[in-house]
Amino acid sequence: MEDDHGVRRSVEELRQTFKSGKTRGVDWRKSQLRAILRLIEENKDNFYKLLQSELGKHPVESYRDEIGIVKKSVDLALSCIDQWMSPKKGWLPLLFLPASRKLLSEPLGVVLIIGSWNFPISLILDPLIGAISAGNTVVLKPSELAPNCSSFLAKLLPVYLDSKAIKVIEGGREVSNQLLEYKWDKIFFTGSVKVGKVVMAAAAKHLTPVTLELGGKCPAIFDSLPNADIKVATKRVASGKWGACCGQACIGVDYMLVEQKIATTLIEELKKTIKTFYGDDVRNLKNMSKIINKFHFDRLRNLLEDPAVANCIVYGGSFDEKNLIIEPTILLDPPLNAEIMNEEIFGPLLPIITLDDIKESIEFINSKSKPLALYAFTKNENFKKQILTETSSGSVTFNDTMIQFACDDLPFGGVGQSGFGRYHGKYSFDAFSHEKAVLERSFYFELEPRHPPWNNFKLEFLRLAYNYDYVGLVLLLLGLKKPLSS
Amino acid sequence: MASEEQVKNSAFDTEAANCLVKELRGTVVAGKTKSYEWRVKQLKSLLKMVEERDKQICDALFSDLSKPEMEAFIHEIALIKNSCKLSLKKLKEWMKPEKVKTTLSTFPSSAEIVPEPLGVVLVISAWNYPFCIWECCCSEALRNCSSHVFIAENLLEEYLDNSAIKVVEGGVPETSALLEQKWDKIFYTGNGRIGRVVMAAAAKHLTPVVLELGGKSPVVVDSNIDLTVTARRIIGGKWACNNGQACVAPDYIITTKQFAPKLIDSIKHELVKFYGEDPLNSPDISRVVNSNHFARLSKLLDDDRVSGKIVHGGQTDKSSLKIAPTIVLDAEEDSLIMHEEIFGPLLLVVTVEKIEDGIDFINSRSKPLAAYIFTNNKQLKQDFVSNISSGAIVVNDISLHLMVDTLPFGGVGESGTGAYHGKFSFDAFTHKKAVLHRSFLGDAPARYPPYTAGKLRLLKALLDGSIFGIIRALFGFS
Repeated sequence: MEDDHGVRRSVEELRQTFKSGKTRGVDWRKSQLRAILRLIEENKDNFYKLLQSELGKHPVESYRDEIGIVKKSVDLALSCIDQWMSPKKGWLPLLFLPASRKLLSEPLGVVLIIGSWNFPISLILDPLIGAISAGNTVVLKPSELAPNCSSFLAKLLPVYLDSKAIKVIEGGREVSNQLLEYKWDKIFFTGSVKVGKVVMAAAAKHLTPVTLELGGKCPAIFDSLPNADIKVATKRVASGKWGACCGQACIGVDYMLVEQKIATTLIEELKKTIKTFYGDDVRNLKNMSKIINKFHFDRLRNLLEDPAVANCIVYGGSFDEKNLIIEPTILLDPPLNAEIMNEEIFGPLLPIITLDDIKESIEFINSKSKPLALYAFTKNENFKKQILTETSSGSVTFNDTMIQFACDDLPFGGVGQSGFGRYHGKYSFDAFSHEKAVLERSFYFELEPRHPPWNNFKLEFLRLAYNYDYVGLVLLLLGLKKPLSS
Repeated sequence: MASEEQVKNSAFDTEAANCLVKELRGTVVAGKTKSYEWRVKQLKSLLKMVEERDKQICDALFSDLSKPEMEAFIHEIALIKNSCKLSLKKLKEWMKPEKVKTTLSTFPSSAEIVPEPLGVVLVISAWNYPFCIWECCCSEALRNCSSHVFIAENLLEEYLDNSAIKVVEGGVPETSALLEQKWDKIFYTGNGRIGRVVMAAAAKHLTPVVLELGGKSPVVVDSNIDLTVTARRIIGGKWACNNGQACVAPDYIITTKQFAPKLIDSIKHELVKFYGEDPLNSPDISRVVNSNHFARLSKLLDDDRVSGKIVHGGQTDKSSLKIAPTIVLDAEEDSLIMHEEIFGPLLLVVTVEKIEDGIDFINSRSKPLAAYIFTNNKQLKQDFVSNISSGAIVVNDISLHLMVDTLPFGGVGESGTGAYHGKFSFDAFTHKKAVLHRSFLGDAPARYPPYTAGKLRLLKALLDGSIFGIIRALFGFS
């Protein structure tokens, strides 16, 4: 292999392929989408095994968060692609006639997709579906922190997909840096704030547009609810905290905000749910993913090391270092200046912050950077409205967690520190397309007042034209209206 | 581009910029700018300003660019007025949450997309001097920041809410001080070199950017066309729009060897009709903005590989900063003028053997902001539209797409990212928040552990959206 890991050759080949125009045809796009469908269908058991060994994900969880999500996206893309690709026509003011206008979606060119380790399959293949639907050639860079998934994708993709147009390049930071030296027509990045800044700075050198899917501390507001609803709500919180890759998810619940008086009920209910879902023996937890690696395991352990924080543990807190497993852990009112309340947790620790009045949660959330997702369990319509208008986040979900991810018609993406740009459904197609404005005129009916030499008649004509005052125009042309001298 | 103002008093330093951002952020947090009423009030004031002070704006434009009143009216005043009016008419509709469909997998639920202002935004306008700091929402007002902002400062202060909208004038030090701050959006109009600096600065705070840059916008002219109309429209787009100093102005023409003499003759003929025999003294043409740009343009012409190729014009008057409409035929490929954006009254004509070769010529360069073609040949038109990647394509006219509110205005590749105009301007400064409403009913146990094979089947059916599959899974068949 060359010292640049074959990057230059790959990028050149992709550019040639793009120039040949092959990826623009709808048939090529559909054939690649169908190939993805075949790929996941024929290899799903391998995927389940890999995800189980690499992250300890249960197959049901893997299906829900990875395989099923990809399948759903491909199905949608296949059924909508003709409609997405068709030019959008629209009306023009009479003044422009005879003319027509349309918006034409065209592929951006050669794009780079950088994936993340927590959903090593879907966070690579889901954006890929958008890139292919839009007709681009693609380099995929799966995360080196999930090495088995990465190498499996690198082996598998060329078997199913057009390897002249879609390439997987594996590697760590060194390879990423090399990739970022090249000129791309779009970079789609999922990962941390820190690396997001590096990606955008590199993109600036080539004026490359970027989509940054980052994370942040996603809060869950928990208002007073009737008993029956508390049960459902805690299930949903538990699922949003521990159910998706053991809290290692960008839209996972990071911390909760509740009124003091219901904190005890909530904690009791959460404990019960944890027991049913996962059991209570750290050495024998079921249905829970593990922590990705030693580094993150230690990072999470360090969060709890602060004695002021450790004192707040009301449930869990045990570790299984050999298997990189951390028990679902609940903390009540850890100090707000502790690291756990200022860094994105990205693991199975759940701080619960108590407030005198649930309305204070708005101020609390606004004092931190804008999260990717905001969850609120409440039946109070006014409070809902208040949350919607007074806070800012990538998305807001009322009375549930994570599920907004599965809604194709909702854009998925952040704002502020949680990133920018969006995808899913049609938004994925748009993320990798340029909407070209096309205006077509004929040679008939030349409006002389457009051109110099200028005079008052022409000025008056244009004034009327800009106001779309057709009656005035006719009067002016008939000489029945005097041009104003200005 | 941004050097002449360096020695200005740099009272506006990082600290001042910091204070200014703090004040604006305070206004945002107070929530004042979110209301429909506030936005409407500002838009109305802006409209009033343009209507009441159009004379003053035109005078300023005349003194800065000796822009003819007519041109000032077409390209500045009317555009701002129109977009204000459009915004006033449509704002309520734009601000409304958009209901979207939900899928079976999230049933029962309802979903909407709620537009919200991004926060404190920085608008850096062309010609590097003036910066308007615009606070979210009434993005339409933005149009204000084209060239006439030289005088905009005191006018804007008089008409608009100063706690939310500020103008900072200055050059490089002021820009740098502003770029160090954290913004929620930066909207920059200018060149690619500074565009890169702006985006790199934005990366430090993860600020999204809109970059409205330029590039060499080509015009392909076929031979089967209405020659007079074509010549007039080219002149209109090139010299009657700020004398070529517009990002969408034609930079070069591509035509066949045989047709070039006819086209050039026709342009010459129409130029005389427009500006007379002595264009340097015509009141109907703008001048070059300043001596730096005058020197830059003169240098392009003085190149030995170019000066022999001038087929029309070429006269310059340093004292009045005027350059006559100039046509250069087939300049050497390696000369500067063939590669730099001209941004002035010089027009290149590049000849090709077959007109179809024009497409390859354009594709061998970076993607332009606009690409124009004059032709009656359907096939050629279609090939051009589908094979040329540019911000916009206009068939049989020049620059007219700017006037169409329903078309997005923006570049691709080297000509920038992001788009504005009409609803697109509102969107450029808006975050579209995804909102999903769920009730406590309809809780599918399959979502939760402990996981079983039956749950996997049910999930598959749910994600597939197949009702039949769901029923089968629920009854335990598979």
